[in-house]
Parts: sequence; C-alpha cells; structure tokens
Amino acid sequence: MDVSWLIPPLHVAIQASTPLMLAALGEIYAERSGILNLGVEGMMLIGAITGFVITLTTGNPWLGMLMAAIAGALMAFIHAFVSISLQANQIISGLALTMLGMGISGLVGKPFIGIPLRFTLRPIAIPLLSDIPLLGPVFFKQDAIVYLSYILSLAMWFFLYRTKPGICIRAVGENPAAADAIGVNVALVRYCCTIIGGLLAGLGGAYISVVYIHAWLENMTAGRGWIALALVIFAMWDPLRALPCSYLFGGIEALQYWLQRYGINPYLLGALPYLVTILVLTLIGASESLRRRMATPSALGKPYAREERTA
Amino acid sequence: MGISLRIERRAYAPLWLRIGIPLLSVLLSLMIAALMFHLEGIDPLTAYRIIFLSSFGSPKGLSYSVVKMIPLLLCGVGLILAFKANVWNIGAEGQIIVGAIAATWVALFLVPNAPSYVVIPLMFIMGFLAGGLWALIAGILRGKFNVNEVIVTLMMNHIASKITEYLIYGPWMGKTTWGFPESDPFSESAHLPLIPGTYIHYPTLIIAIIAALLSAVLLSYTKPGYEMKVLGLNPEAARYAGISYVRTIALVMFLSGGLAGIAGVGEVAGLHHRLRYPWAISSGYGYTAMLVAWLSRLNCLVAIPVSFLLGALLVGGDAIQISLNLSVNIVYIFNGLILLCLAGGEVLTRYRIRLRRE
Repeated sequence: MDVSWLIPPLHVAIQASTPLMLAALGEIYAERSGILNLGVEGMMLIGAITGFVITLTTGNPWLGMLMAAIAGALMAFIHAFVSISLQANQIISGLALTMLGMGISGLVGKPFIGIPLRFTLRPIAIPLLSDIPLLGPVFFKQDAIVYLSYILSLAMWFFLYRTKPGICIRAVGENPAAADAIGVNVALVRYCCTIIGGLLAGLGGAYISVVYIHAWLENMTAGRGWIALALVIFAMWDPLRALPCSYLFGGIEALQYWLQRYGINPYLLGALPYLVTILVLTLIGASESLRRRMATPSALGKPYAREERTA
Repeated sequence: MGISLRIERRAYAPLWLRIGIPLLSVLLSLMIAALMFHLEGIDPLTAYRIIFLSSFGSPKGLSYSVVKMIPLLLCGVGLILAFKANVWNIGAEGQIIVGAIAATWVALFLVPNAPSYVVIPLMFIMGFLAGGLWALIAGILRGKFNVNEVIVTLMMNHIASKITEYLIYGPWMGKTTWGFPESDPFSESAHLPLIPGTYIHYPTLIIAIIAALLSAVLLSYTKPGYEMKVLGLNPEAARYAGISYVRTIALVMFLSGGLAGIAGVGEVAGLHHRLRYPWAISSGYGYTAMLVAWLSRLNCLVAIPVSFLLGALLVGGDAIQISLNLSVNIVYIFNGLILLCLAGGEVLTRYRIRLRRE
C-alpha cells in the first residue's frame, strides 16, 4: 500500500508539535520544582518576536533562536523573582507575565507584521534513519530544533530521575521544608527550574515565528502556551511522556482543518486537548492510587519561607 | 557596633499599606511602561495625555469608560467572592462567553418574537444560569475530587471559545450575514435600552452596581458569606465548624460565574446585538477583572470606582492604539505590570524591615 500521501501532513504535525513540546518540557521542570508558571503563553510570544526580529536583522536563525531563549529566560526570571524571592502568589504573577508578554510583543512587533522571513532552519536528513519508510521522512528529515526536542525529552527525563540534582528538583517540589533541612538550596533550585522553563518556552515561541510560520503576527502563539500547560498535566509531569503527548496535541492542532474533509468539526476538535486535560485531572483527583502513581508535585504553587529570615 | 537589617513577620497590615500598595503599584507600572514607550520611540507624555483625555477629557470619553466598566465590575465582584473563599476562578472570560451564548439562544431561538419585557429579563436569567453552571463544573470538581480549579477554569475558557466558533461557523451562522461568521442580529426587542447619546446599556450597569452592593452585604452580614470567608482563611477551621466544603465552593463558583455570565449578556444584548467571535465579545475582560479584584483588595464597594478607572484605562489603551498606530495588545502592558507589582508588593504586608543597632 502506498502511504506516501501521509508524509506531508505528518511532517507538518511534527513541526507543529515541537514548540508545544519545548514549552511543556520547560514547564515540567518549573512545576516539578514547585513553581506554577501560567506565563508560558507570554514567554512564547516574547520568544517569537525576539527570534523573528533577530533573524530578520542578522540573517542568522541560530542567533535568533538563542536570543529568543534568553528573552524567554528573562521573562521567567521576573516570575521567579516575584514568586520565589517575594513569595507572591504564583497564579497572579504568572497571568501577569502572560499579559506582559502579549503587551510587549505587540508593542515591539507592530512594525514587523506581515514581513516575510527569508532565513530559516534547513531540514537535515539523518543518514540511514531517514530511509525508513514513512517514519524516516516524517521524523528524520526535520530541522535541528526538532532533533533537539527528541534529545531534550530523553535527557531531561534522565536528569530528573537518574541524577542527584534531579532528585533535588523533585524533592523541592514535593517537600521544600525537608529538602531545605538536608541542605538543598530551595530558592536556587526553583530559580533554575523556572528559568529553564523560560528558555524552552522562548525557544518554542521562536520556532513558531522563524521555522513554522516564517512571519510575525500579533498573538501568533494562538493559545499554544495554554496547550503546553495542559500538556504538562496530560504527560503527568514526565518529560519522556511529553514526547508522544505533544504529538497527540500538536497533531490535533495541525490536522484539524485537514481532518475536516473526513467530517470532523475543527472547532470541536480544537476543544479536545482542553477537555482531555480536565478529564485527566479529574481522574487523578478521583483515584487515590492513581494520584500516588502520578507525579503531581505536592508543593506546586506554594511559596516556601522559613519561619525567620535574617539579612 | 553595627546596624543589622532584620526582616520579620508582620502580625497585620496597617491601613496605609493596604491603600499604599495598590497606589504604588499603579504608579510604578505607569513609570515602567513610560520607559518602554520611550525605548520604542514613542513619547510617553503624549501617550499618557491621549489616554487621559480620551477617557476623562470629554463626556463621550467618560461614557465609554462606563461602558467598559460594566463587564469589569460584574466579573470583578464575582472574582472577589471566589478569591475571598480562596477559590481561584480564572475562568471569568469563558463565563462571559457562555453568558453571551445563552443570551443569543434566548433572543434568536427561545423567544424570538416576544416583547422586550419578556426577552430581556429572560436573557439575564439564562445568562446568569449559564455562566453559573459553567463555573459550577470547576467548583464541583474542586469540591468533590480536589481538582485544581485554576487549570480547569483556564481550560474551560478555551472550550467556551471553541464552542462559540463552532456555533458562529456552523449551526448559528446567520442567514443574513453573507457567510460572515456571526449569528443573525437580534430583533429590536432584545436590544438593551441605552442612556441616550451613549452606549451605556444601563440595565446591566444597574445590575452590576446592585451586585456589588449585595455581595458586600453577603460577605459582611450573612451566614453563607461568613462561611465563604472562613473557608478562605482556614479550611481546617471551616471543617471543624461544620461548614460544608463542597456546598460552599459550589455556591461561590456559581455566583462568581453567574455574574460573569450577566456581563456576557450585557455585551451581546447591549452592544453587539449578535453572537460574534469570542474575542470580539470579550477582549480580555475576564482577565482584567482580576486587576479589579486585587486593586480593590477584595472589597466589593471599592471595586465600583476601581472598575471605572480600569474601564478608563481600557478606553485609553484603545485610543493610543488608534492614534499612535500601536498594537491592540498595548493595554496589556499596563495590566501585566500593575498585576506583577501588586503580586510582588504583597510581601510588604507580610514582612517588615527593621533596622537595629547592635
């Protein structure tokens, strides 16, 4: 049977999923350390505009990607400072970050609307692997950022579960007081994880503007930051599981209009990721045993302070 | 001998701090935003003059501010109720949209030919119920299964948006809109009356102010209000006092969502007279309402002037967007900065810095 007609839509679906996966991987680390960052959408927008402007002006998409990641990290730093050092409410601070990201990207990006981008990342075919029928061209004739996302998913899983700093991250998210007692610097771990979240969200945003769409449009992340937040829950805070889950959510997003031909309503399909997330949360909530196996960080969203502080 | 800085916990926050932090947050935000404008080559003074004059400079501007104040006050009061009970309703945006869908259903399909005195009250009732029940889902999930309501309400905002798009591109697409994704226009009898010469749909404004007053009474003088506050301050104490966790959260979410639903009715029946793109019906009122709630420090009466001021800011944002050719998102810079400063400034109410000679 000839399945080559499946290659182009699946190839695009992988591209559409990559920014989701990057942002979700970053948010998994932030949440695993106990910091809920609802600013993903804002950090992605900042990444998207930074990546676009730098790539446009320097002609170097790699520099664009790098600066976008740094810009995302700076945004995350604001959230980290406000919610860790000032012990502010993370929900408010995160939503404020999203608003700020929308506002700043809009302000900076206005003159760049509609300019096409000529520089982008070229796909690199991986020898041997790209010759596998169907899977080869779909997974292994992609650009370097897609490959980075494969590696990150694996590496971030390994780091979290198989290394000592990874254990510290999980301990801080689970029981910061206990982690503090054995000498883990709670604030430092949380700062690092939140900033990793920003780096990856920024990179994900730049991927959208530089590689996926080749232009800057206002609010071009179009809710992908919220999907990434949903994805974290759907993947149950596990970087390895984030990979297939991203392809599911990204696939839904990329293929909604394509599936329309087969009688599936794109708008109702678009609501599916959100619906599934609520369902997963309900299942986790309803079942004690499930909750124990899922890794919902116990201290998620709670500021940590020792009883007395001296400076 | 030296001087040491000690940071210690405060037992309570004095009044000057409770007033000072919101004021300082706004001032600081205006200054940071001015710097951003300056860096982008926009004269901040010009921008602020336009913002001020467009909203306060003329009767017309004032009336626009009131128009924007209406949904902000309704949602803001709803959020105050929820936040007082420590229930994090982030879903006002979706609840507005669901209210708008309900109003459209009443106006176009339930009683399309009925007179005003039937349609209008029915729209408000159905909008309230729809918004309330939509929010109740998150309330019950939180109450029964301890599901984080922040995520659920956020996700439900997006579901509400998608449902609206489904309706306006699908079964509700108007026969008179030439394929444009909108519902048919409402008949005259489903239009809310306006204060002549303005766009102020005063029935919704009156409901909003009554809602603020009633909510203040509810919180201060009634048993359910007291139970909400106890639950918010100390859930353990609430449980020992025999306050039903599930029932209280359900009530809070229902009221909170219902008020946002009414705001949605006001937007479609008072201004648009049809169902439109979700972002046309509510351009972030549900999120801006969080500023109303926190700037007024969860006081329903203070929320009335605060929602007016934020309404004015939204009008000003629209004005600089048009006259300086800026992004539609421009007002979010102010919103985001104010909210960040408020969140960060809260630390001052909990700690104080003491200088001590040793």
